[in-house]
Amino acid sequence: MSSNVTPVDKHDAKYIEVQNVEQAFKTPKGRFVALRDINLTIAKGEFIALIGHSGCGKSTLLNLIAGLTTPTEGVLLCANKEINGPGPERAVVFQNHSLLPWLTCFENVYLAVERVFSKTESRAQLKARTEAALALVNLTEAAQKRPGEISGGMKQRVGIARALSMEPKVLLMDEPFGALDALTRAKLQDELLAIVGKTHSTVVMVTHDVDEAVLLSDRIVMLSNGPAATIGEILTVDIPRPRNRVELAEDKAYVHARKAVIDFLYTRQAHVEKVSA
Amino acid sequence: MVSAVFHSPLDAAAPAHPPNLTPRHVAAVRAQAAAVAAAAEPVVRPSMDFGFVWKKILPPVLGFAFLVLIWELVALRSTNNFPSPLETWKQALDVFADPFYSKGPNDQGVGWNVLSSLQRVALGFGLAAAVGIPAGFAIGRFEFLSRMFNPMISLLRPVSPLAWLPIGLLVFKGANPAAIWTIFICSIWPMIINTAVGVQRVPSDYMNVAKVLNLSEWKILTKILFPAVLPYMLTGVRLAVGTAWLVIVAAEMLTGGVGIGFWVWDEWNNLNVKNIIIAIFVIGIVGLVLEFALIKIATAFTFEEVKS
Repeated sequence: MSSNVTPVDKHDAKYIEVQNVEQAFKTPKGRFVALRDINLTIAKGEFIALIGHSGCGKSTLLNLIAGLTTPTEGVLLCANKEINGPGPERAVVFQNHSLLPWLTCFENVYLAVERVFSKTESRAQLKARTEAALALVNLTEAAQKRPGEISGGMKQRVGIARALSMEPKVLLMDEPFGALDALTRAKLQDELLAIVGKTHSTVVMVTHDVDEAVLLSDRIVMLSNGPAATIGEILTVDIPRPRNRVELAEDKAYVHARKAVIDFLYTRQAHVEKVSA
Repeated sequence: MVSAVFHSPLDAAAPAHPPNLTPRHVAAVRAQAAAVAAAAEPVVRPSMDFGFVWKKILPPVLGFAFLVLIWELVALRSTNNFPSPLETWKQALDVFADPFYSKGPNDQGVGWNVLSSLQRVALGFGLAAAVGIPAGFAIGRFEFLSRMFNPMISLLRPVSPLAWLPIGLLVFKGANPAAIWTIFICSIWPMIINTAVGVQRVPSDYMNVAKVLNLSEWKILTKILFPAVLPYMLTGVRLAVGTAWLVIVAAEMLTGGVGIGFWVWDEWNNLNVKNIIIAIFVIGIVGLVLEFALIKIATAFTFEEVKS
């Protein structure tokens, strides 16, 4: 476990538990097992990256934690309660931002804030929360713009602001920066690092970018190739925070972690892909 | 001459016809057409250069000129007093000089006739929207309802609306409600079907957002479903209005009373072919205006990201 995560008690050390989970889909060709024997425990405040080749079931696992789908076998727990549906305490940042195009950025975030806090807080407080969330991702100026009027990077930031505004216990991110260009991606990764540094959120992030996984996460969960993918290896990234992208480039621990992931993806899992392809 | 009417459908649709359009031949026609075109695209070309005239104005002018030519030829060859474009134009000036006169229930100005037809369409169409759009939402949202009603809709939708007219006469015991009923039944299907399809095609991402936020069914409806479905719904509305306007003329021919369809039939009984031709243009222009207005509304409510 990385240095900044100091689980206070047992409860925090086992914040999210995935126990013997299997996910199968019914297809016209018969039963298709996407994931099997998934066992994973995530501590509170931990940043987990799920990495694997495309089609290995990373997003499927994330959707299970989000509660958008239910497993065919096994059980998922969050704070010792079974996950049996989606909810605002497990906010999701979607791959394609999923902002509502007819609402302004402010309204998109407000929709989430209103849902979570409207019972306990006044309208002014809700507005303040929304503005704070947009300020956190540096989008105060774009608040009154609609998603169609801003860039892809900005949309993704609104998506993150929406997720964070709900003060979720867990932040689930499905390849949040996958559709962005390299420079924007780097910028948003840095912003995310800073935000998570402040909020100490528990994060599970699906990615296919090795550098992103190493830079951001405390542990990297590597999935074997599908079908019937499972966790192949879990790598602990032992790099102290705050992390700096430029300094890390030459860091031994960074290079080592990076190599380990690449080794898993391209050496050990590569031949499996050829067989299944 | 008569073609001036064709080039300014919006002007002609207005009951009081502008007097500045007296027969003044092609130059006037062109100026008018240019004015209409300029109104549509005010910024693009302030001065009328030849390329613009060639591309935008000349083809439609030629098209209408062609129509008038054929008409003129038919009128010349006709042995049963088929009116020429010029005669019809003169008659039209007459008819539009006082579109809102009223001499008893069977002799009213063209303005009243159009208005009463529009009123029937509005009523029947409004009722159809009030029933069809919520029904479309329900059918799109709940699979069970969709399975329940789809076969019925498939069966009833291809039926000619006029086949429903006798049922309307029987049930409502009156010509006017029967005509409204016919409009209702013909305009409800496109609205149900398009709304339902729209609901079924709401991107799953948006529904996932709703699930993650745990939005109430009311919030889902107002913040996600309704705006996402709106473009589909408006397509349905547009198709429905088009059909309704087609059907009202036929329905009124059968039911009588005051209305543009009845007017056509009445003028046929009077053997006043000029008025029938005028009615045809009026029907066309009103239909065009309805369609145009709804397209404008539809584009105003369609968001860039919904289109793609």
